[in-house]
Amino acid sequence: MKTRKAAVGIAAIAAAIVGITTPAIGADPVKIGLLEDQSGNFAIAVIPKIQATQLAVEEINAKGGILGRPIKLIHYDTQSDNTRFQEFARRLIQRDKVDVIFGAFSSASREAIRPIMDRYKQLYFYNNQYEGGVCDSNVFVTGAVPEQQFSTLIPWMMEKYGKKVYTIAADYNFGQISAEWVRNIVKEKGGTMVGEEFIPLSVSQFSQTIQNIQKAKPDVLVTLLVGANQASFYEQQASASLNIPMASSVNVGQAYEHKRFKAPALKDMYVTANYIEEIDSPASNDFKKRFHAKFPDAPYINQEAANAYNVVYLYKMAVEKAGSADMKKVRKALESGDICTDGPSGKVCIDPKSHHQSHTIYLVHVKADHSVEIPKVWNDIKPYWLGSVGCDLSKKDDTSQYTPSSPPKK
Amino acid sequence: MLATVIGFLYQFADTFAFLILSSVGLAIIFGMMGVINLAHGEFIMCGAYVTVLTARAGLPLPLAMVLGALTAGIIGMLIEYFVIRRLYTRLFDSIVATWAISLIATQGMLIVVGPSIEGLKTPFGSFDLAGLSFSWYRILLPVIALLILGGIYWLFMKTPFGVRARATIQNPSMARALGVDTDRVYALTFGLGAALAGLTGALYAPTMTTVPTMGSAFIVQSFVTVVVGGADVLLGAAPAAAVLAFIQSVLTASYGQLIGQVGLLLTVIVVVRVLPKGISGWMLRGSN
Repeated sequence: MKTRKAAVGIAAIAAAIVGITTPAIGADPVKIGLLEDQSGNFAIAVIPKIQATQLAVEEINAKGGILGRPIKLIHYDTQSDNTRFQEFARRLIQRDKVDVIFGAFSSASREAIRPIMDRYKQLYFYNNQYEGGVCDSNVFVTGAVPEQQFSTLIPWMMEKYGKKVYTIAADYNFGQISAEWVRNIVKEKGGTMVGEEFIPLSVSQFSQTIQNIQKAKPDVLVTLLVGANQASFYEQQASASLNIPMASSVNVGQAYEHKRFKAPALKDMYVTANYIEEIDSPASNDFKKRFHAKFPDAPYINQEAANAYNVVYLYKMAVEKAGSADMKKVRKALESGDICTDGPSGKVCIDPKSHHQSHTIYLVHVKADHSVEIPKVWNDIKPYWLGSVGCDLSKKDDTSQYTPSSPPKK
Repeated sequence: MLATVIGFLYQFADTFAFLILSSVGLAIIFGMMGVINLAHGEFIMCGAYVTVLTARAGLPLPLAMVLGALTAGIIGMLIEYFVIRRLYTRLFDSIVATWAISLIATQGMLIVVGPSIEGLKTPFGSFDLAGLSFSWYRILLPVIALLILGGIYWLFMKTPFGVRARATIQNPSMARALGVDTDRVYALTFGLGAALAGLTGALYAPTMTTVPTMGSAFIVQSFVTVVVGGADVLLGAAPAAAVLAFIQSVLTASYGQLIGQVGLLLTVIVVVRVLPKGISGWMLRGSN
C-alpha cells in the first residue's frame, strides 16, 4: 500500500515536472523572473503589481506569446526584505536562467539587487515610481520620476496654497532624494522650506511630528511616507485637526489610502500619479474591466499596476523588434527610440538615453469625502532630467544613480 | 513658552501611554511567566482586527474593543494549552515556537483577510490650546494606561487569583502541593497577558492602519519597556515607561524621530549595563 502511494506520488511529481518543461505551444518559453513583495510592509501596494503582471502575461500567452514562444512567469515573494531580493535575484539568474527580471517596490530593494544585475549583465526592469537618477545600462525604468511628479506638483501647490513648504519623508534613499528635489523646486520657485523631517520606516506614532508641523505653519505639507507603519500618519493628523493641504508622489497612487482610511483623513491630499483606478478614459476602463474579470476581489488597481502591466508589453515589443530574447539584442531594440505601448494611461515610450519612460501625469485631488477629482493633466512628460545632465546610455555605459546634488561628472 | 510646555507634556504622555500599553501584555507573559513571547505583536494585531471588523459591522466602539481583548485572550489560552504549556522549562524552544506562531498569524491574516482593511475614525475630535491642536482620544490613552496598570497591580496583589498566580510562578511544585491547580493558573495568566495585548491593539486600532504586520510597530517598545522595568514587572513598568518616554520625547522634539528612536535604544543599553535587574531591581535593592 505504502509503495503504491509512493509510486503515485512520484508519477505526479514527474507529471508536474514534464508539465513545466514542455509548454503547451511547443516552443521554449521566454522566461520572465518577477521579484515582488507579496507579503510584509509593502504588500498592500505590491499585490496589484503582481496581478497586473499576471494579467499581461496571460493576455500575451492567449495571443500566441512572444515570437511564438509562450511566457513563463517565475515569481518569488521577496517579503519586503532586501536580503530576500538579493537571494532570489541570484536564484533567478543562476538557477532559473531567466531572460529578463521585472519588479521591486522600494528603492532600497532596487539598490540591493542592482549590483547583482550589473555583475551578471542581466536585463532588469524596475516597474515602479521612484526618486529618479538611475543611469544604468542593464536597467530600464517604467515608473514615474521627480521631473514628472514634482516639477508638476510642487509649483501647482505653491501657486494655489502658498510658498511655505514642509516635507516629511521616509528616511531612506527614496525619501532623502525626493526631499532634495522638493527643496530645489521650492527654492527655484521663490518659496521657503519651513521644515523637513526624515522618519524611520518603523515609526507609526506621529504626534510629535504633527506638533512640529503645527508650529512651523506651512502652507503645503509634502508627505513622502512609505509603508504600512507610516500610513498611520494620516489618521493621526486628521484626529489632531492639522488641516494643511498635502502633496505627495507616492500616496493614493500606491497604497490607496483614500480607500483604506475613514474620510476625511486624506482631505486635500494632492498626488501626481501616472495612473489610478479612478481615471475615466476608454483605455483605463478597458484595463479595469479585464483586470476585474481576472481578479474579481482586487481591492484597488494602483499606479504601479499600470507600470507593471506596461513593462510586459514593452518587453514583448522589444523582443519582437530584436527577433530574439538575447539580452544584448533586446537592450539595443529598447534603445531604438520607438518602443512604445498604449497602456491604461495612454501612450508611453522608452527614452533611449536614460532608459526611463514618458508618462501622462494626472493631478489627483482627494476631497473631504475621499472621492477623487483630477483638476489637471500633463500629457506625455518626458523623463528629461538624466539626459539633460549628461547620462546617455545609448552612447556610454554606466551603472550609477545620480541626484541633483551629485550629477554625472562632465 | 506655554505652547512648548503643553506640547512637551502631551508628547510625554503620548509616548508614555504607547510604551505602557505596548508592554502590559508582555509584562505578564515575559516579565512574570518568563516566556519570551515573540507573538506578542500578533495578539495586538488580533485585538485590533476584531475591534475594527466588529465596530464596522455596527457594534459600539467600546464593546468592539472589549470583544477584541476577549478574542485575543481566548486565542492566548488556546495557544497556551496546545503549545506553550509544553515549553515552560524550555526557554529557547519557546522563542522558536512563538516566533512561528507570529509568522503564521501574520501570513495567515494576509492570506485570509488581505493586505489591509478599511480603518476606523479616531473618536472624540480635537481641541485647540496655545496655538496647537490636540486629539482628545490621545489624552485619554495615558489615563487608560494608568488604570490598566492599577488594575493589574490590584489583581495580582489583592485577589486570591493573584496570590495563586504569584505562588505558581515563584514555585510551581510547592503551589501544587498546597492545592493550587497550576495548569489552570498558567492558562489564565497567559490568557490575561494575551487579552491585555489584544486590548492594546483595540485601543490603538482607531489611530493606526490595520494591516497584518501592525504588531511589529509595538514589539520593540514592548520588550524594551519590560527589560528596563526589570525584575518586578508590576513595580517596574510605570517608572521604566516614564524614563524612556521622557528621553524619547525630549530627543524627538529637538532632533526628530530618528534620534528619538536612537535615544530610546541607547537608554536601554545603558540601563541594562548599569542596572542588570532593571529599574525595579534598583528600587528593591535593599529588600533582599
